[in-house]
Amino acid sequence: MGTSDTIAAIITAPGRAAVGIIRLSGPDAVRIGAALYEGRADLAQAASHTIHYGWVVDGRAARRIDEALFLLMRAPRSYTGEDVVEIQCHGGITATREILALCLRAGARLAEEGEFTKRAFINGKLDLTRAEAIMDIVDAKSEAALSQAVAQKSGVLSARIQAVREDVLELIAFIQADLDYPEDDIERLDDDALRTRTEACAAATGGLIRSGQRGKIIREGIRLAICGQPNVGKSSLLNALLGRERAIVTDIAGTTRDIVTEYLTIAGIPVEILDTAGIRETADVIEAIGVERAKDAGAGADLVLYVVDAQRGLDDEDRAFLASLGEKPCLLVVNKVDLADASAVLDAWQGSAVAISAKHAGGLEALEEKIAALLLEDAAIGTGQDAVVSNARHLALLERTEDDLESFIQGLELGMSKDILVIDLQHAWENLGLITGETASEDLIDTIFSKFCLGK
Amino acid sequence: MEKIYDYPTTYDVIVVGGGHAGCEAALACAKMGHETLLCTISLDHIALLPCNPSIGGPAKAHLVRELDALGGSMGEVADECLIQMRVLNTSKGPAVHSLRAQMDKALYQRTMTKRLEHTDHLTVKQFIAEALVIEDGEARGVIDHTGVCYHGKRVILCTGTYLKSRVIIGEYSAQSGPQGQLAAMHLSDSLRAAGFDVVRFKTGTPARVDVRSVDYSKMEEQPSDANEMHFSFWHAHDFDNQLPKISCHLTYTNEETHRIIRANLDRSPLYSGFIEGTGPRYCPSIEDKVVRFSDKSRHQLFVEPEGLDTTELYIQGFSSSLPMDVQLEMIHTLPGLEECEVMRPAYAIEYDLINPLELRPSLETKRVGGLYCAGQINGTSGYEEAAAQGLLAGINASLSLRGREPLILGRHEAYLGVLIDDLVTKGTNEPYRMLTSRCEYRLLLREDNADQRLCDYGHDVGLLSDEKYARYQARQANIAHEMQRLEATMLRPAEAEAMLVACESEPLHRAMSLAQLLKRPQVHYEDLLAYGFGDAALTPEETREIETIITYTGYIAKQEEQVARAAKLESRRLPEDMDYSQVVNLRLEARQKLDAVRPETVGQAIRISGVNPADITALLVWLEHQRRVQHD
Repeated sequence: MGTSDTIAAIITAPGRAAVGIIRLSGPDAVRIGAALYEGRADLAQAASHTIHYGWVVDGRAARRIDEALFLLMRAPRSYTGEDVVEIQCHGGITATREILALCLRAGARLAEEGEFTKRAFINGKLDLTRAEAIMDIVDAKSEAALSQAVAQKSGVLSARIQAVREDVLELIAFIQADLDYPEDDIERLDDDALRTRTEACAAATGGLIRSGQRGKIIREGIRLAICGQPNVGKSSLLNALLGRERAIVTDIAGTTRDIVTEYLTIAGIPVEILDTAGIRETADVIEAIGVERAKDAGAGADLVLYVVDAQRGLDDEDRAFLASLGEKPCLLVVNKVDLADASAVLDAWQGSAVAISAKHAGGLEALEEKIAALLLEDAAIGTGQDAVVSNARHLALLERTEDDLESFIQGLELGMSKDILVIDLQHAWENLGLITGETASEDLIDTIFSKFCLGK
Repeated sequence: MEKIYDYPTTYDVIVVGGGHAGCEAALACAKMGHETLLCTISLDHIALLPCNPSIGGPAKAHLVRELDALGGSMGEVADECLIQMRVLNTSKGPAVHSLRAQMDKALYQRTMTKRLEHTDHLTVKQFIAEALVIEDGEARGVIDHTGVCYHGKRVILCTGTYLKSRVIIGEYSAQSGPQGQLAAMHLSDSLRAAGFDVVRFKTGTPARVDVRSVDYSKMEEQPSDANEMHFSFWHAHDFDNQLPKISCHLTYTNEETHRIIRANLDRSPLYSGFIEGTGPRYCPSIEDKVVRFSDKSRHQLFVEPEGLDTTELYIQGFSSSLPMDVQLEMIHTLPGLEECEVMRPAYAIEYDLINPLELRPSLETKRVGGLYCAGQINGTSGYEEAAAQGLLAGINASLSLRGREPLILGRHEAYLGVLIDDLVTKGTNEPYRMLTSRCEYRLLLREDNADQRLCDYGHDVGLLSDEKYARYQARQANIAHEMQRLEATMLRPAEAEAMLVACESEPLHRAMSLAQLLKRPQVHYEDLLAYGFGDAALTPEETREIETIITYTGYIAKQEEQVARAAKLESRRLPEDMDYSQVVNLRLEARQKLDAVRPETVGQAIRISGVNPADITALLVWLEHQRRVQHD
């Protein structure tokens, strides 16, 4: 809406690149940038057109995300004419997305297509010829229509958000009716009831956030780790999937010392593949670090492709690693079927498995189908390309809602007065409304009067 | 209505109606120095309180405080005539604190009438304005029921429920104003003829009973609170109107009452479809309550005296349009009212009004220049809502006579700003009542700081007197001075010990300012006073405001930030002759809505339902485009 809020977006092209840039623009850009920044400078006070080296940190989890450069441009000397902070981090999907999510959580709104340019125009930074072109970009596609599309695609999710929103509205109505009609004989909720019901809303929101994270797999791609013992053909598999030579492949065990990250799409789902070092107990220090990272990568991935050599089959080391994955979705990939029969290995395996020959690109289609099937089965929420944008936004809004509800519960415990407390609930309700596309405040008045018998 | 005679005087302003809106409008115009005529259907019924005897309560008291700070009269008159007061929501936070008081109705009317009659430049006449005189799209006066034409440069309509009003009691109905008065049967035709969208609303009032036939021993007594708050900023803080203070009483409906109502619903004009007007949800009749909330086994009723010199009691919560025999049967089921004599029956009333989307935020109509409307004609309900609008219409009619820009209050400045913005932006399909829930910046719009928000405006337009303004400034200086002292005065742990023990608050480990101490929930200004750390010369109102500012400073600052953020769009004006069909990328629905409401600012446009953020962006881009084209 207008130019009063702060927007953020990844402005570099998605995929593999050396550098990724997240741009913040608007009155809160510097505040949000400073909240994410850890380093020597005082970003909030820094002069315009300065560059600051430091780390992007997730204050909530007290975690460093990535090393980055922060570029600060103060209004009106910036592209949009507003305060602008650009965060240059390492390229690729993971870091940029995570940083963007932090910006949204800190109060920014995801920029619409062409919005930086729109703002630049409105603030007089672009000439008329350019502006005429922009006029065509401005699309009166409504937030509500967009949400409607999302709602149709994921009716279950939408209904659950709506249910929480209605519960929150009812709580607001209880408090507001009490404030506006102190003398009427109406049902009132005491603090315990308010707390219990708010906690239920917060729990439901938390559940939605987690389900949203599962839905994210499809909307924003997944992280897939290729694991297995040395020389079973992990890198060959990666290369076969990519259809080009990228990782170093040799016949000497332990060549791939670090994790190689690649990007591709499988069944329309963006996939980030981590090719890990061989899982092997080793005395080589450098390789030992690689092995640790491989275990971490396996743990951090959404899906593990565990590669074994058809000639060797599964040994105790393989079983130990597979057991350590616990509930994590895993697909056993039996490689080198051109050299040996895989049926014994496949028969002995309980879970999903597929036989391939990475070297001869055999069985790759079957592998991709299996991967897609596993992912779709795991994520209960439907797909949709235009939902990629709204999903990041929805998650951020849900997280804010959860914060609002928790803040309400805290305030209640501190004994704060109701006229102030109710603001947290209103924010929660508004944030949920931004997802469902309904924000009409008349809803509150309607709820008050339909719920309570009021008046003279 | 045919004109037969031109009244020789041309007035600056003609105010039609002598209710709460009309009184404030006329007093404002006259005090601002304009020759003003107030006409009313009955000089004996000026400032009539035809329904509830009470003024104030959450949101409504806020309006009274605001109009008082601007230089209006309702607050002062209410303070002089109240015979019971209750301070509500004391534990629920400063934003919703509010005073509600019962008036001696007859005294209220006499007091307000006296004010009108003793105000310079103000003439009061009794006649029925039956037609509007419009020349070249401008209001020029009114013609009365006998054909006399009164000329005026501005006209303010404050017609209440009197336009084509119809009173309904069961199967009976008659063209009548409230309490048996005459109705104005033709003025709304004149509005219709001028092209106005005239609509119809309904409201109602409960029965009145004779106190001599009532048994209070079967009811709960509700006495008056101590005299600690006032509506007006201008009385001394220990002002007392010297009137005896009375109690109200509580009683309840029961299953028998509900049975009688259900058994007679077919005789209710509301349910038989006999009434066509839209009634208010927040002021439902008892039959509405019983039908809509059928699981409630009882409904609370307040029995309230209508004055000191009358035996009439008002039964709050019991309005009805059922026939008289059913009303009697119903009332006689109520504890304490079994034997009571009904002095006046409950009735419903329907009346004409204009769609408030016809109005500008100044309350001037878009259709006819120089014509202003205030009160129920704009779709509101309530004495306070009416009075506040009347005052603003009066101020703006006066300002326009001087060629000045109208006074338009923002949503962040006053409940009155919210009220008018809601009306002219969203319209209303039922009588609109002010609620604190309608305000997004409630922490800024407190009763205690109405003067700080509005006295500058009141004085600037020439309504608030120099004398009152000087008092306001002195009060602000006292508060500012004391705030400084509280920030600067540090207490050592030993000095604060006794007070903190008494307040059951944590002891200090190092020196702390008095302001910091006041932030603690257990410590109040009266504690500072008790231990010699306060300033006894300050009034309770001043110390209350200081305490609020200190305690809520963080939250207040947050809301102020929100206001500042919205300010840029809020104040950006849209051209009067805006052609929305030319705006590229505006959706059809948004185009139609914008064209119907014709908002004056982008801020107003944002609040129109059916206009979404993308539409606003399209609008902003188009405006900027136009500006550049004109520049080139």
